Amino acid sequence: MKVSLKVWRQKNANAAGEFKTYASPELNPNMSFLEMLDVVNEELSNQGEEPIAFGHDCREGICGTCSLVIDGKPHGPHKGVATCQTYMRSFSNGDRIVIEPWRAKAFPIIKDLVCDRKAFDRIQQAGGFISVRTGSAPDANSIPVSKENADLAMDAAQCIGCGACVAACKNASAMLFVSAKVSHLGLMPQGQPERYKRVKAMVDQMDTEGFGACTVTGSCEAVCPKEISLDFIARMNRDYAVALIQGDPKQVVGGGAG
Amino acid sequence: MATLNSQIPTGPLSEKWEKHKFSSKLINPANKRKYKVIVVGAGLAGASASATLAELGYEVHNFVFHDSPRRAHSVAAQGGINAAKNYQNDGDSVHRLFYDTIKGGDYRAREANVHRLAEVSVNIIDQCAAQGVPFAREYGGLLDNRSFGGAQVSRTFYARGQTGQQLLLGAYSALNKMIGAGGIKSYTHSEMLDLVVVDGHAKGIIVRNLQTGEITRHSADAVVLATGGYGNVYNLSTYARGSNVTASWRAYKRGACFGNPCYTQIHPTCIPVSGDYQSKLTLMSESLRNDGRIWVPKRKEDCKKSPADIAEGDRDYYLERMYSAFGNLAPRDVASRAAKYVCDEGRGIGDTGLGVYLDFADSIKRLGEGKVRERYGNLFAMYHEITNEDAYKTPMRIYPAVHYTMGGLWVDYNLMSNIPGLFVLGEANFSDHGANRLGASALMQGLSDGYFVLPSTITTYLANVKAGGRPATDRGEFQQAEEEVRNFTRRVTTNNGKRSPDSFHKQLGKIMWDYCGMARTETGLQKAIQLIGDLREEFRATVNVLGEPNGLNQSLEKAGRVADFIELGELMCRDALMREESCGGHFREEYQYTSNDPEVQQGVVNTGDVKRRDDQFAFVAAWEYAGAPDKAPILNKEPLIYEEVKMSTRSYK
Repeated sequence: MKVSLKVWRQKNANAAGEFKTYASPELNPNMSFLEMLDVVNEELSNQGEEPIAFGHDCREGICGTCSLVIDGKPHGPHKGVATCQTYMRSFSNGDRIVIEPWRAKAFPIIKDLVCDRKAFDRIQQAGGFISVRTGSAPDANSIPVSKENADLAMDAAQCIGCGACVAACKNASAMLFVSAKVSHLGLMPQGQPERYKRVKAMVDQMDTEGFGACTVTGSCEAVCPKEISLDFIARMNRDYAVALIQGDPKQVVGGGAG
Repeated sequence: MATLNSQIPTGPLSEKWEKHKFSSKLINPANKRKYKVIVVGAGLAGASASATLAELGYEVHNFVFHDSPRRAHSVAAQGGINAAKNYQNDGDSVHRLFYDTIKGGDYRAREANVHRLAEVSVNIIDQCAAQGVPFAREYGGLLDNRSFGGAQVSRTFYARGQTGQQLLLGAYSALNKMIGAGGIKSYTHSEMLDLVVVDGHAKGIIVRNLQTGEITRHSADAVVLATGGYGNVYNLSTYARGSNVTASWRAYKRGACFGNPCYTQIHPTCIPVSGDYQSKLTLMSESLRNDGRIWVPKRKEDCKKSPADIAEGDRDYYLERMYSAFGNLAPRDVASRAAKYVCDEGRGIGDTGLGVYLDFADSIKRLGEGKVRERYGNLFAMYHEITNEDAYKTPMRIYPAVHYTMGGLWVDYNLMSNIPGLFVLGEANFSDHGANRLGASALMQGLSDGYFVLPSTITTYLANVKAGGRPATDRGEFQQAEEEVRNFTRRVTTNNGKRSPDSFHKQLGKIMWDYCGMARTETGLQKAIQLIGDLREEFRATVNVLGEPNGLNQSLEKAGRVADFIELGELMCRDALMREESCGGHFREEYQYTSNDPEVQQGVVNTGDVKRRDDQFAFVAAWEYAGAPDKAPILNKEPLIYEEVKMSTRSYK
């Protein structure tokens, strides 16, 4: 099979980008979408044209690096898989495929199809953790977690941090991403002491980064490669409301101990 | 010759670690903040080490080439993490985990390190559970376990088929906490391209910012490499495409010894290769072997038939037949080699004949499809995506693929290399798995090194370093290292060559797989060394990197990594050639059990099992760079002395 690609090329963050069209060489339907790009790049390189830059690493749907909008849909045609798990058998001979990067103000483009997602890291740094120093943990079985809660926490914790939710949202909202982390930790007994402080800090950072508001269209859930549920956004909103009502904790004045 | 002192503490094996911790020097809290430590990598080992060092008060600078510290390939580990908790009351103990690991490694690991690993394993689970890692639970709320290859107890903790991801996100959260608190400065999209050695000590690194192309110098009081394994030397592997040996290799070229480079793990359960375009092989978790049965047809002529048309009596469940005690749960090296044998006999399945079946029909009958789906649903879905086949209805097709490297930079008991001040953690070091790693032990080692071992042992070095005395980056050593990095970049970007770095990588991978893969011979390895030498020269002359060095340039990144892989490949072949024995994942065809051996006649091993030669090869091979890529490296030997365990023939029958 052969396809033609309409690909976004952009030299760097400050340059203007444009679509360029390339004809693929002969392809095997069992190739992954990224292997198809490898083959196209090898050919470009042999012709003296700089290869298309795209993010990828594990190529098994778990690292969250790959980030292509394929024919208008983040991660391509299939539900519940990442770009790297998309195979050419999902396309037909002669198809024209449009490939773009994630587009969001908070994810500036670095080059071609690669964007900068550091904003996600900064949200996690603001509060996406349980404060436990190494070595201070009690025996693991001294903290029982009901199977239902552990399973639900795992459903949320599966998020791979790819940002497809942001790319799909007309407001470029990061609510699904943030709510997944907030819910994962908030569902576990270990996460209770910092529960409300955490949600407040993470949501505040999310707003600072320039992500848009959530209008519950559900496009994020539809493209999420891990099928993270929209329900977690409701869960986060509840926690956030409680956090607002509680207000900031009182500052305690420290004192020497003798 | 390098000086290798393993620094193994004296005293009984089970007391060494406690004793060593007590006898190590301490640094007072007010002084800790004056020490700066560079950590390269943020997989399980790098993230956990960075977080813990920062909690202790050191100034930590963490570097990753990824766009985020959450993406290292630890994230892809599926099956689980071992710990000697004995929550199942099935006879597990620290000593049993220690013994299984030593035996699994075919008596080529350092005893004291392995015992420490088994001791620390229990603390890791506590730490991760407290961080909120959503481990699988039983209905009573307590932790669930499963069994894994090479063990007869259930000591593996897991989070569905994504244990590595969850443990990594736990370590990443600890890292984030300390970045947020100001204890760690995080550099993303930043690749280490050289180690700077000042007066014989590791005192800094040279880094290229992959987004801007900017090259910078960083000095520190100690440098920690947690940069993973080098299986991508084979091009096709279960590693992430970006996994590379560059940090370790540049340290090797600055004088760090490389331990046992030929010890490679070929994992038995991966999806077979489908074509030349292939960029990656996908692992199907070893946990599948708990409920799946591996077989091939008894007769060659049945191989092209649909598996449903092959009667039960015409199937050869060869692992159950050959290794009755462990059956489908035989260790990885044993299971991989057995798959190779049956395929070499012409009984392999699939289009290429390089595949065996992993069949769930019996488990589905016994447990019901729902239970199987609950245990392995995501793996079956992944298999379906890649192959377009439904493993609930037809057996999976699997074949061995490169998965892990037991070799790595040589380290002593403190995880310090022979360059003082350079520490190496996780898969990047050589120390704990001998010649074969058991399933669910990589996550354990990465976190053990990062959370518990390094933060304690680094003081043995730092306490003797003057606080605040690290060198300035305008010293000659920094200038020279930076200049060498710039020279390489200039050379490959102005080479006007014809071939892409990827094409060299493919060619190298094929040489390595053919001659230094699952079976190795003297003549094959000699041939490979010559082919790789030629490839190195061709790479120099004809590699082609398009685009500019100032800014994101993925071809330039690959060129540097492939150049290092080519040199490493040659070293691996030299190591495999030198090691005239078979052990674990290293199989030299000349050294295997035959029907003439008493061990075969007594039923301890099968014909074709690996044959060690303890009298001559019970040592760690620590290779030292001789100053130029075409000069033969120098072999240093660290003898392996077993105080507790008796070296014996490994039997899984």
